[in-house]
Amino acid sequence: MEVIMFWILAVIIVASAIATVFSKNIIYSAFSLLFSFLGVAGIYAMLSADFLAVTQIMVYVGGILTLLLFGVMLTNRITTMSLKTDVFNFVPGLIIAAVMLASLLYVIWVTGTWAKHSPAVWDTTVESIGTLTITQYLLPFEMVAIILLVAVVGASYIARKDKQNIKS
Amino acid sequence: MESLTLNHFLTLSAILFSLGVFGVMTRRNAVVVLMGIELMLNSANINLIAFSRFNGNLDGQMLAIFVIVLAAAEAAVALAIILNMYSNLKTVNLDEVDQLKE
Repeated sequence: MEVIMFWILAVIIVASAIATVFSKNIIYSAFSLLFSFLGVAGIYAMLSADFLAVTQIMVYVGGILTLLLFGVMLTNRITTMSLKTDVFNFVPGLIIAAVMLASLLYVIWVTGTWAKHSPAVWDTTVESIGTLTITQYLLPFEMVAIILLVAVVGASYIARKDKQNIKS
Repeated sequence: MESLTLNHFLTLSAILFSLGVFGVMTRRNAVVVLMGIELMLNSANINLIAFSRFNGNLDGQMLAIFVIVLAAAEAAVALAIILNMYSNLKTVNLDEVDQLKE
């Protein structure tokens, strides 16, 4: 049952990622990316990372994908220009991606002993993640909070329209 | 049918990463290049969580949370830059953006 679920999710993820990368229409790319993100959230749930599965759906599907769609809408004149974009450098890109995939798969399948310990099955990870966040990972947590604040303030400053009025 | 091993997840993540690399290298539109970067970050997260599960501790999941937060920050800043690029140069095709100033 678990194996069948894995293969269904893997087919969904890879097919949507291929559609994202190869589609000529940017809107189709964005919506294929949606299914890819949802499939990855399912993979997280299979790996007993329930908190991260929900976080994936909330942050990626609810936040980043919406942001990307706004980016598509705001940077394309929908009335005058079609939303098409072409694939260029096809052969070099394909060669580099294929070589990278082959070397990664070679390393993965030649190295037999990745997992040192026995696999863990957690009932829920929320409590443990909360404890780790405020004990062992407190400093990175605070740093990442400041980085997020600075990035959002900087992004809203960069993207604003009336920059000249503010300077003068 | 055999049970799931770590290599299943690592293989899936390798395929996803290569597709992301392909997208970054071959697309002209900056927004689609950003989508390729998000695919690569997702594949890294699959790796981290699979290792966390198969090694029996939660450190990988904590790292994956930080990756997700940084991906959100990166997407916000990158889209701000793309919007600025569009308002200044009237294009988002990366091969046409070859000037340092207007």
